Amino acid sequence: MIDVLVIGSGGAGLTAALSAKKEGASVLVVGKTYPTNSQTSMAQGGINAALGNVGEDHVSSHIADTIKSAHGLCDEDMVRQMCADAPQTIEWLENLGVPFSRLDNAKKGKDTVAQRQMGGASAKRACYAQDYTGLKILHTLYDTCLKENINFLDEHYLLNLIVKDDTVKGVTFLDIQAGEVKQIDAKSVVMATGGYGALYHGYTTNAYGSTGDGVAAVLRAGGAVSDMEFIQFHPTALKHSSILISESARGEGGYLLNEAGERFIDELKPRDEVARAIFAQIQEGQRVFLDVRHLGAEKLMELLPQEVALCKMHEHVDPLTDLIPITPVAHYTMGGIDVDYALEVNGIKGCFAVGECSNAKVHGANRLGGNSLLEIIAFGRFAGENAYKHSIYASSKPADTTQKEKDRREIKALFSQEDRSNFYPYRESLGDLFYGKVGIVRENKQLHVALEEVISMQISQKEMGISDKSQTNNQNLIDFLEFKNALLLAPTIISAAIARDESRGAHYKVGFENENDAFKQHIVLQWKKEETCK
Amino acid sequence: MQIKILRSKTNTHQLYTLPAGEIPLLNALTYIKETQDATLTFSAGCRASVCGTCAVRVNGREELACAYKVKPGDIIEPLQYHPVLRDLKVDKHKAKETLLTTTSWLQVSKEASLTHSDEKLTEKQTDCILCDSCYSACPVYAVNPDFLGPFALTRAYRYSIDKRESDAKSIIDNIQSNGVWDCTLCGECTAVCPKGIDPKMDITMLRGLSVQEGYNDPSFMTQSFGTPDFGFDPNAGF
Repeated sequence: MIDVLVIGSGGAGLTAALSAKKEGASVLVVGKTYPTNSQTSMAQGGINAALGNVGEDHVSSHIADTIKSAHGLCDEDMVRQMCADAPQTIEWLENLGVPFSRLDNAKKGKDTVAQRQMGGASAKRACYAQDYTGLKILHTLYDTCLKENINFLDEHYLLNLIVKDDTVKGVTFLDIQAGEVKQIDAKSVVMATGGYGALYHGYTTNAYGSTGDGVAAVLRAGGAVSDMEFIQFHPTALKHSSILISESARGEGGYLLNEAGERFIDELKPRDEVARAIFAQIQEGQRVFLDVRHLGAEKLMELLPQEVALCKMHEHVDPLTDLIPITPVAHYTMGGIDVDYALEVNGIKGCFAVGECSNAKVHGANRLGGNSLLEIIAFGRFAGENAYKHSIYASSKPADTTQKEKDRREIKALFSQEDRSNFYPYRESLGDLFYGKVGIVRENKQLHVALEEVISMQISQKEMGISDKSQTNNQNLIDFLEFKNALLLAPTIISAAIARDESRGAHYKVGFENENDAFKQHIVLQWKKEETCK
Repeated sequence: MQIKILRSKTNTHQLYTLPAGEIPLLNALTYIKETQDATLTFSAGCRASVCGTCAVRVNGREELACAYKVKPGDIIEPLQYHPVLRDLKVDKHKAKETLLTTTSWLQVSKEASLTHSDEKLTEKQTDCILCDSCYSACPVYAVNPDFLGPFALTRAYRYSIDKRESDAKSIIDNIQSNGVWDCTLCGECTAVCPKGIDPKMDITMLRGLSVQEGYNDPSFMTQSFGTPDFGFDPNAGF
């Protein structure tokens, strides 16, 4: 039986796998795509660590900035752990060979890593590799996994956790290529399955696959989720394609302008404030632009080469000479699987969660740019170690095949259903509904409408199905299973947003525009025992 | 606007109609799947040219579907030299194995004093997104399926010149067989790379490093320069 089963092959999953393996565990990484396809590749701006390579900085300042941005909703011990671990995290990455951007300071190792300004930071703290930071970290992790002989199982879609006596025993997957349901037994499981930003279909910087599969599986298995209402909207996505333009564009000195060519906000405020300011301009009928023309060709190509290419390709503007039309869209989900100090899922022993899928309570109501890459590496290592420790004393008695048989029947039923309605238009309307009514500025009346619409969509889901009946390589089936997960999570987000009658960080509600101490707590949701899949 | 897509089940090109106007190929494929034909199968991810998932061939040339703007009459086919799983979706496992064979990672890491110019030495090479476009465009695979190929060799080069590497020779040792000398330097890989990487140049550089480590081009070794070759046997009796 495998000691540590890692689900998800992004930065968090690969890091957890490397650390569990180093501890001595047998490890398997299972993912629905290939290891380097993950959302981590899209992280651009940087990874925070108070190295002080460019001007004075201290771990205590990093902690203070993170706590301030979290608006009272973080666990300060977890924040302290993450920020204190940051310098050695960069050292670890440096040792693996991550090709960071460099300073010319005649120093060695991590002290040569270049650092840039990000929003809400009191120092130049984000270590970067041009505007490809996530990509270059992810690929270096992958190369290292190959070096360390980490086993991978690609194209396996997570179905359900197998939980007995509140302890995880294994996981069921759909082998996408073969179309078969499989069970993998494991002593410990690490969920590294990513966020649920793709719920905002059409209004998100996220990849199609960020549908919160792991968060939904934990709910179904009786685990807890928390802070689901906290969705970060990134201030600067390209207007027509929702493609991300990194915060580093503002960190390096870019301006935000309205149609009159006026700046209307301090561009280096945290993302929640900047996104709301842009949204307010758009509500007034203004178009909003990012202006980086004054940075000059040399600086743009040196620091933001990817952004320049994306603007030309998708928006037909040259950032050197033109204004970049932007709009704020869903970017990051602060909430997710509720975990304890060891990153173990509340409600499921032996199951750990790390990265965007988890709520380790380090971001609170609003995440700082540069802290998500830090979380996946610093806590990825921590999760791998803890999963290994759990596996040492875990029972090696395998689970029975009840869940596998159940999942097999459900998949089979999808194939036998005839004349089902096409779910793709619903995926689109779910995105429209969320951006419109569960978006940057919320209102109770609109939230209630959204909840009703989601419930009626859940009822119609029984009439929906797949029209592609191919057993093998059926992407139509995977799209549908992903949509079902998104639809399962939708009410948790809306109901938590309804319950939170205040404004805090990324959650902003008309009629309740201030923080209210009565709500300075996490909203934790868990299914009743009889509703879970056991 | 009409485009043709190679369907694996029938092995024929199927005609699809799209609304007029500029549209990235990935959006067009998604549009077809959502509204016309849910069986059309392709791979997709980030929409922003960085996850490496969606490479296909358009009119015989490798393109990222998310970055290519559709033109009337385009013919869309899967990558070459990859087993086709279904329609435009291919199996990338064999191609990925080249990374294991080249051992493209830091063999023995040491602390180093890196500078801005050191960053520049591998900046382009580390933009690689493993989309496999170069692998599909490489004509060597038509004759040698075991060739290590452009992306793996670019990655081997990137690590072999990293100042943090204290055993670059191991990498050089591992790229001799089916490696640097098997490349024809035709430059097809460089032409199709969506990130502007130049594997041809990297392979040329690796040849230089190989010579420094005492290796030679094996095709030269089979030629004989030591003794004159008269093209006939002088002892064969006149």
